[in-house]
Amino acid sequence: MNKILTIAIAFMCSIAIHGQDLLSSVLGDSTAESMTKDPVFATFKTTRIVNLPSIENTAAGVFDFKISHRFGFLNSGSKEFFGLDQAYIRLGGEYGITPALMVGVGRSSYQKVIDGYAKLRLIRQKTNGFPFTVSLFGGTYLQTLNTNPDRQVLFTDKLSFVSQLLIGTKISDALSLQVSPTLVHRNLTATTAEKNDVYAIGAGGRIKLTKRISFNGEYIYVLPNQISTDFKNSLSLGFDIETGGHVFQLHLTNSTSMIEKGFVAENAGDFGKGDIHFGFNISRVFTIVRPKEKK
Amino acid sequence: MKSLKFSILGLTLAFFTVQANAQKFFSRTGKVKFETDSKMEKIEAKSNTASVVIDLGTGDMEVAMLVKSFNFDKALMQEHFNENYIESTKFPKSSFKGKIINIKDVNLAKDGPVEVQYEGQLTLHGVTKPLEDKATLYVGGGKINAYAKFKIPLEDYEITIPALVKDNIGKKAHIEVKAELEEYKKAQ
Repeated sequence: MNKILTIAIAFMCSIAIHGQDLLSSVLGDSTAESMTKDPVFATFKTTRIVNLPSIENTAAGVFDFKISHRFGFLNSGSKEFFGLDQAYIRLGGEYGITPALMVGVGRSSYQKVIDGYAKLRLIRQKTNGFPFTVSLFGGTYLQTLNTNPDRQVLFTDKLSFVSQLLIGTKISDALSLQVSPTLVHRNLTATTAEKNDVYAIGAGGRIKLTKRISFNGEYIYVLPNQISTDFKNSLSLGFDIETGGHVFQLHLTNSTSMIEKGFVAENAGDFGKGDIHFGFNISRVFTIVRPKEKK
Repeated sequence: MKSLKFSILGLTLAFFTVQANAQKFFSRTGKVKFETDSKMEKIEAKSNTASVVIDLGTGDMEVAMLVKSFNFDKALMQEHFNENYIESTKFPKSSFKGKIINIKDVNLAKDGPVEVQYEGQLTLHGVTKPLEDKATLYVGGGKINAYAKFKIPLEDYEITIPALVKDNIGKKAHIEVKAELEEYKKAQ
């Protein structure tokens, strides 16, 4: 009985050795281990959710040309063709210096503002690893239109700044969320009652509807008693449509301004009253520096 | 006592059956190039981390790679490839499991190229389809350089191309695999 058992065990051993996968028998499951802790990619389709900077960076060596439009308010009536007669535009460009650092510049027709900013990714979300991507965003704005004719305006009065912490996560292929604690600093405010420093919390997300279309939304809550009650929180809803090298973002928003100082701290449109702009952002990428082949 | 003898016999037997076909060749740095025959834009990517194993005794062969390891010149192309076409989060691995039919033609003692015929199953984008073609094995200095080139219709692997960019992307992918295989020696 014992003999039969030992032979049977030995036989089973030899089968077990043979039954193993050829590849894993030689190399082990090498592909499986490198699969874990991969950085998560494509949390958002582009570097903006709608107005809010997203945790996405322009890839290193890539230039992203941005054309953004906001038409007039929908409630401006048929005489104004529901806002389509008017348009505010921002032209901008972004460039990825390294995979984690990008810079951008732009100019808005609204208040004639020139903006410059940088975004630095600190931590990247990993599959089976750290659950968030964290980035820093900082921008400077120079308003060339004088909105204070009674006062002698110095160069420094025209400057505003923004600092933002971006914390985002791709929960699944379909759902991504982000929170952005924000500080806007204006060297000069319209009235003395308004604070120079404005604290706000932006939140946004996207739901992917198909592989190439997503539904995006964002809301920016400004903490109370900082700015005039005429200003409202910014709400934007829209779609991202991706076609090869372009991303088209079509949306409805109550923000006229396309820069942080404007849509966070000086946002006049009231969504509930129909002060809603139809708008779009177009992003077109150009590869300037091709990556070197990895060894 | 007798049972001990038997078990030694059994284990020795098992050991020998393994030894008999132990002449395996492998590489962890197989190069895979992928290209589509597009008119508008060249779509090309390379990876050099494919694992390849060939068993000279049985002719069994296996190739496996992570599709995410494909490097494109254009970052956005790479993102779209991973996100929209190959869906590398859902289907991270691509593999080929098959057999070289005329493995007996490969003689390690004789340097030079050997044309071999292989057949097996290719898994890509979660779809497994049969694949058979020819490859060349260059024997030299105790190593084998393997080279294979084949075409696969993207449709067969349920990789859909949206109508808008249909003209930009070829319907077939040309795949080239190169690997320098070394003999596998068991860690003693």
